[in-house]
Amino acid sequence: MSRPDTSAQMTAGATSAEPLILAFCCHYCAYAAADLAGSMRLSYPDNVVVLRLPCTGRVEVNYLLAAFERGADGVLVAGCLEGGCHFQEGNLRARRRVERAQGLLAELGLEAERLEMYNLSSAEGGRFAEIVNEMTERIRRLGPSRIKPGAAAVAAGVHALAQDAAQRVAAEACGCSRGSACAG
Amino acid sequence: MIVADRKKIPEIRDMIASHDKVLLVGCGTCVTVCLAGGEREVGILGSALRMALSLGGRPKVTVHECTIERQCEDAFIDILAQRATEYEAIVSFGCGAGVQALAERFPKMPVYPGLNTQFIGILESQGVWTEKCSGCGNCRLAEFAGICPITRCAKRLFNGPCAGSRDGKCEISEDRDCAWQLIYERAKALGILDRFDAVAAPHDWSSGLDGGPRKVVREDQRIAGLGPKA
Repeated sequence: MSRPDTSAQMTAGATSAEPLILAFCCHYCAYAAADLAGSMRLSYPDNVVVLRLPCTGRVEVNYLLAAFERGADGVLVAGCLEGGCHFQEGNLRARRRVERAQGLLAELGLEAERLEMYNLSSAEGGRFAEIVNEMTERIRRLGPSRIKPGAAAVAAGVHALAQDAAQRVAAEACGCSRGSACAG
Repeated sequence: MIVADRKKIPEIRDMIASHDKVLLVGCGTCVTVCLAGGEREVGILGSALRMALSLGGRPKVTVHECTIERQCEDAFIDILAQRATEYEAIVSFGCGAGVQALAERFPKMPVYPGLNTQFIGILESQGVWTEKCSGCGNCRLAEFAGICPITRCAKRLFNGPCAGSRDGKCEISEDRDCAWQLIYERAKALGILDRFDAVAAPHDWSSGLDGGPRKVVREDQRIAGLGPKA
């Protein structure tokens, strides 16, 4: 499975008329379901950027807000069915964080419906396509987010995020804190 | 610990309406533990505030965040001294003491509160904090089986309970325990109920806030000429 070029997708999303939707997907369910949707040759809008997480319990409120701040029109968090989390209760924690972030979005003046939590199993490729269609339709109805940094700002933000992630990965690989500056 | 909760985003946005470069400063002590003003919460608020400003037609306002170990001690504010000069204003996510410590350290810079400081309390259960101490300056917990009637009795009765006690709950709210019910039960369990045969003496409120702003001085700990406040 090839890794999608998230930064290119996000930059393209910031400039296209289609809404840019970020999907935080759990490795054990939604991500597998997205894969299955592909294997089943189901079509769903390509304006959704899928970010794989080990569990939706990894989602923090600031990830959700950062997505909107960097130009996402909508964000969905897709975790396992309730009671079926690989890590017991990660999806339940994610739901509560999504609810808190929805409250913050409403408080700061953005539509809370731009953010949604879904639950599905890895066998539900069709449901994944359905969720993406539903969210895309909803965001189209709401229109583009009024917080729209320019394409250059989005690209810079994504680039910074990618660099940060690369440094973390490098640091984790050798156990030091010098990240990409580490000579091994 | 000091328990606080955050102010609403529009209130903070309006406080900084006249500034273009703002630093949000979190505190790594009490307010981190009560999930109001630590690194994570300040990060969330920074992001939310930038979006609120953008929606309010001020997208170019710079809002950065940082968190220091303890806002209420000048020595910990040192780390901010250089960076703070790059900003027009600070929003403190510390308790009221932290806000004022920053204001004293940066006399030419506006310092705004991002939190509402609530009380001295403890974590009752995950996500729930309750008030336990009023800082009255004259602790009498020994007389009341370790349960403070000043803080936990709505009427601050020293010789309770009152007639508003029903099934162990206070009349002001069904989710508030009657402090005097708790005092009675704990005193009974400790076998010290006979203490309540005598009427409790009136409290000396002059040691509390009613006596004006307070100060604690430890002469043996003072070192003249060392540190900005020595």
